[in-house]
Amino acid sequence: MTVLEWLPFSVLVPLIAAPVCALLPGRVLPWSLALLAVAASAVITAFVLPAAMDEPLRYSFGNWPPPIGIEYRVDSVNALLALLIAWMGVIILPWARLSVNREVPERQGPFYALFLLALAGLMGIVLTGDAFNVFVFLEISSLSTYALIAHGRKRAALLSSFRYLIMGTLGATFYLIGVGLLYIMTGTLNMADLAERVPEVAETNAIRAAFAFIVIGLGLKLALFPLHRWLPGAYTNAPSAVTVFLAATATKVAVYVLLRMVFTVFGLEFALTMPYQTVFFTLGIIGILFASISAIDQPNLKRMLAYSSVAQIGYIALAISLVSVEGLAAGLVHIFNHALMKGALFMAAGAIIYRIGTDRMSDIAGLARSMPWTMLAFVLAGLSMIGVPLTAGFISKWALIQAAILQGNWLAVVVVLVGSLLAVLYIGRVAEAAYLKPAPERAEPVREAPLGLLLPMYVLIAANFWFGIDTRLTLDVATHGAEILVGGAP
Amino acid sequence: MDLLGHYNYYVVVVLMMIGFYAVIARGNMAKKIMGLNLFQTSAFILFISAGKILGGATPILRDGVEVYSNPLPHVLILTAIVVGVATTAVGLALAVRINEAYGSIEDDLLTEVEDADEDDEGTA
Repeated sequence: MTVLEWLPFSVLVPLIAAPVCALLPGRVLPWSLALLAVAASAVITAFVLPAAMDEPLRYSFGNWPPPIGIEYRVDSVNALLALLIAWMGVIILPWARLSVNREVPERQGPFYALFLLALAGLMGIVLTGDAFNVFVFLEISSLSTYALIAHGRKRAALLSSFRYLIMGTLGATFYLIGVGLLYIMTGTLNMADLAERVPEVAETNAIRAAFAFIVIGLGLKLALFPLHRWLPGAYTNAPSAVTVFLAATATKVAVYVLLRMVFTVFGLEFALTMPYQTVFFTLGIIGILFASISAIDQPNLKRMLAYSSVAQIGYIALAISLVSVEGLAAGLVHIFNHALMKGALFMAAGAIIYRIGTDRMSDIAGLARSMPWTMLAFVLAGLSMIGVPLTAGFISKWALIQAAILQGNWLAVVVVLVGSLLAVLYIGRVAEAAYLKPAPERAEPVREAPLGLLLPMYVLIAANFWFGIDTRLTLDVATHGAEILVGGAP
Repeated sequence: MDLLGHYNYYVVVVLMMIGFYAVIARGNMAKKIMGLNLFQTSAFILFISAGKILGGATPILRDGVEVYSNPLPHVLILTAIVVGVATTAVGLALAVRINEAYGSIEDDLLTEVEDADEDDEGTA
């Protein structure tokens, strides 16, 4: 079989494994099956990325040629995203076993089944070349995400999940309405077909309305400021393993769909006739500043990191508002690098919760003495979040600043730098508490997190430094992808 | 086109706004879900009514019929309805669990309880 024939299995394997997983008893079996399925998917994506670099891979389902059938159309943009999602799954699942045992002690079969469904949904969103198919996979991943968040230990998890459900469904329905209007105007749902037909009818209010509906709907899903209200609660109250996975992948996939719709389907020219640039530039800047400042005085660690995630979405929005190859490449690189650093940070937070059962700032005081490796991981990932040279975070911020300077956009440069300073404050606050403050009296001494939690954490830390030095995978593929999006390369 | 020619779109917009209003203005979670349903239904009607072709027959291949209505939107919406039902089910299940955990599904009240919970977290 060729790479092309294997391609759909990267979605199908987790999707089919999910119901089986739900029926498996105990703890080890469902986890093993989930890991196996995600690993299979990850191996496929590793072969797909190089194959998709030169020319898009096109797979027609059931041999129905597009636009009649649904096709998977994979170029370097979505191949990179698929690689990221599947490999984050492979790194997170080994970490998740211990953490989930602690936080979701019962009925782990359905839990891992939901995890697989969420992952399969995200993979489906990025690989498909059909606008309606995106909606279906969006809902598959969202519905399983709501259920995953509701597994949180505290009752607040239910409320957060419900609020996310309302906002998420509104977002998805907005997207559906937009796609409906596109279909009415063009008679096709295939993205490549849409891209050809939209320009003919671009000067109509229906297409403008479709654009607005799709951008706002996806803005809700990607938690663009001020549509981010669901995110901090959802990330804070979800089980730690779910938070790690969501923070690394879910909102980023919505960014991908946004890029695909705006640049491939509507096209750059049309987007520039709409206030696309102004909206994303302004909201990006306000998002960075507002969320970074909010992050500084949060009472608990996961909520702080969640606000930091909203700020990072701001960076991505800022990057894609520049509508240049460099800007889009910076956005794509940041999607990738942010997954690495935020994944590691949330893993450290999860390890703290595993040992002391809480992530309140007051309980973190002096923790570096009893959990030195976990706190070291937090600080290293935090350096990447701040954007210190030799880390992945530096690469994405550097790319973003360069893109902004090329356009003479000094406001963007200043905001990125101020955002980094604010990151120093909120990461530094945790480091200060952990390293310098005296530890509170405890009934029994806190031990270092077990190796099963530390190893995957340090794999991500290593990736942070690796991609801070070797940018061939990230920056080069992202630049290639950005060229495709802007329309420079075939 | 005349005003009545857009009749279906008026229905869609009115339904959409009623549903949207219910989602944001109502505090009761069951009512929020109902609003959400109305909102989704308006999108369904948008698709389905667009598939109707004036003078078109039901899309079943047979002799003597040249013009068919477009069956594709119906199929799409069949999928979307399934998604809608699943969303409603998950939403209502969550509302039941919230009622068990908090003893209420009124959002205003729950927000107060939630804030109080969080304050306990921060200071304790």
